Amino acid sequence: MDKRIPAVIGIAALAAVPQLGLGNYHLHLLITVLIWGFVYTSWSVMGRFGMVSLGHGAFLGVGAYVVTMLWNSYGLTPWLGIPAAVAMSMVMALLVGYPCFRFRIVGHYFALVTLALGEVVRLTIVGLRDQTGGSLGMTVTAVPDGTSLLALQFGERTVFFYVALLVWLFGLWVWRVVDRSMLRYALEASSEDEDAAASVGVNVTRAKLAITMLSAAMTTLGGALYAQYQMYINPETVSGIGISLQIVFAVIAGGLFTQLGPTVGAMFTLLLAETLRVSFGHDIHGLDGTVYGLLLVLFIIYMPKGITGSLAALLTRGRAEPGAPAAGLAPSR
Amino acid sequence: MLKVTDLTKRFGGFTAVNRVSFSLEKGEILGLIGPNGSGKSTTFNMIAGMLRPTSGSIEFDGREIGGLPPIEICHRGIGRTFQIPRPFRNLTILENVVTAAFFGQSGHVSRSKAHAQAEEALALVGLPTDPRAEVASLGAAGLKKLELARAIATQPRLLLADESLGGLDETEMNQAADMLDHIRREKDITIIWVEHIMGVLMRVVDRAIVLDHGEKIFEGLPREVAKDPKVIEIYLGTEKISFDEAPAT
Repeated sequence: MDKRIPAVIGIAALAAVPQLGLGNYHLHLLITVLIWGFVYTSWSVMGRFGMVSLGHGAFLGVGAYVVTMLWNSYGLTPWLGIPAAVAMSMVMALLVGYPCFRFRIVGHYFALVTLALGEVVRLTIVGLRDQTGGSLGMTVTAVPDGTSLLALQFGERTVFFYVALLVWLFGLWVWRVVDRSMLRYALEASSEDEDAAASVGVNVTRAKLAITMLSAAMTTLGGALYAQYQMYINPETVSGIGISLQIVFAVIAGGLFTQLGPTVGAMFTLLLAETLRVSFGHDIHGLDGTVYGLLLVLFIIYMPKGITGSLAALLTRGRAEPGAPAAGLAPSR
Repeated sequence: MLKVTDLTKRFGGFTAVNRVSFSLEKGEILGLIGPNGSGKSTTFNMIAGMLRPTSGSIEFDGREIGGLPPIEICHRGIGRTFQIPRPFRNLTILENVVTAAFFGQSGHVSRSKAHAQAEEALALVGLPTDPRAEVASLGAAGLKKLELARAIATQPRLLLADESLGGLDETEMNQAADMLDHIRREKDITIIWVEHIMGVLMRVVDRAIVLDHGEKIFEGLPREVAKDPKVIEIYLGTEKISFDEAPAT
C-alpha cells in the first residue's frame, strides 16, 4: 500500500473540519494548535540535533513585531513585511550562531547564549515603547471590512484556518526534507563528535548555521502568523524566556524525534493550559505555571522521547525484536 | 607524496616533536613507532590537522598542508582513524560511512555514489552493509573496522591509521594488519601506521621510523629495527615495554 494514503486521508479530514459546523471556540483551538504546531516544528528541526535553543522567542518576536510595525507605521503589506522579518531573523541567527559554532559553544553554554538572545529581543521591544507600545503590547491595525488578502487579515475564522493549515503542512514538509537530507547526517555526526565529523570532511559550523537559520526563519513566519491571527501582540507572549521555554517544553512533551511530535506537543500543552485555566482560573495565581514546570521535569525523566516517541515504542514492542534503543535526549558533553 | 621536514612541536617549554623529517612514497606503508610519550601521536595529529606545527613543513603532493584544519586535510585526500574509536552512535553503521563518503569528498559526489562507496568500504573491512545494523552491535574489533571503513570512504590517497591494534587480541591484531595490507593493495592507498607495539606491524610495513623523546632515532627496513641498538635500548632497556606487545619479534 502506498505509504502516502494515510497522510492524504488525514489532510483531507483536517481540511473538512471547518465544514462540521464547529463553534468559534473549537475552531480557535484548532487554529492555535496549527500555529503553535508549526512554531514547535520549527524549533524541533534544530532541537532534535542537540542544539537546544532557549531563545526562540527572539525569532517569534521579530516575526510578530517587525511585520506589525511595518504594517501599522508604513502600511507595508505583510507579504513584504514577512520576508523582511525573516531576513532580519536569519541575520540575527547568523550573528549569534557563527561565533557559537565556530568556537564550539555547545550544550548548556549554547542554551545560555540563546536564553540571553530571547531576553534581549523582549527588552528591546519593551524599551522601544513609543514604537511598540512597550509592555502594553500593540494591536495590528485592522482593515475596514475585516478581510484583505493584501493585509493578510481574514475576518472569517474559517479562512484563517486554511491559512494556518497550509503553513503547518509546510512546516511538516520542511521537517521531512531535512530528515531525508544529507544535512541530517552532518548534524547527527556533529552532535555526536565534532572532531570525528570534521575528520570525515563535515563542515560542522556551516551545517549548524544552516539548520539554525532555517529554524529561525520558520519561527519568524510563525510569529508573524500569530500576530495576524490574534491581531494583538505583547512582548511576553511572543518573546522572552517564558514563551521560549514553553516551546521547548511542548516539543519535549510531544516528541523531539518524530515529525508529528511538536504538533502533539502543541495539542497537549494547549489542552493542559486550557484545563488548568478553567479549573484554577485566577484563584490561585501562578499554580498553572507551577504544574507546567513540574510536568516538564516529569517528562524529561520518564518520557524523554515524548508522547509520540513513547507511543511508537509501545506500538512496535513485541512486533520487532528489541533492538538498540532509539536515541533519547542525548546527554550533551 | 608526503614530505615532512624539520617538523617541530613545542608545548610551552616542552618539546614534544623535535625536527623530525621523513618522506613517503606512493603505495608505501610506513610504520611510525615509539613508546608512549615519544611524540608519534603529536606528529600524527600535526599531519591530520589537529595540531598546528611550531615550525617545519608538511608537504602533501607538493603543497604545504601544515596548520590546515582537519576538514581541509580530509578534502585534500588524507583520511584518518582515531586511536579510541569515535563512531557516530546516533547513526547506523552504514550511515556513518555514507556521511564520510559524501562529505569527505566535499559533497562533490551524488548521494547514490556515496552510498555505493560506503558499501564498498564496509565490504572491504568486513562489516555488514545492512542499512539497519547499529553501531551498538559492534565490539572493540568491529569499532576499529568502522573507523577504517569511515576513513577509506572519504577516498583518501593517504591513510593515517592511529593505533589500530590497541585493545585487540592477537588474532584480531593479525587480522587488522592483514586488512591494512589488503586495503593498500586493493585501493592503492598509501598508509602511515602509528603504533606503540612493534610485533604484528613489522610483518606488513615497508619501512619503519622509530621516535623517542620527540626525535627520530631510526629509519629503515622492518627487519633492521629489532637489531638496532638504540631501538633495543628504548624498548627493552627501559620499563616502557607494553604488555600487549606481541612476542613475535
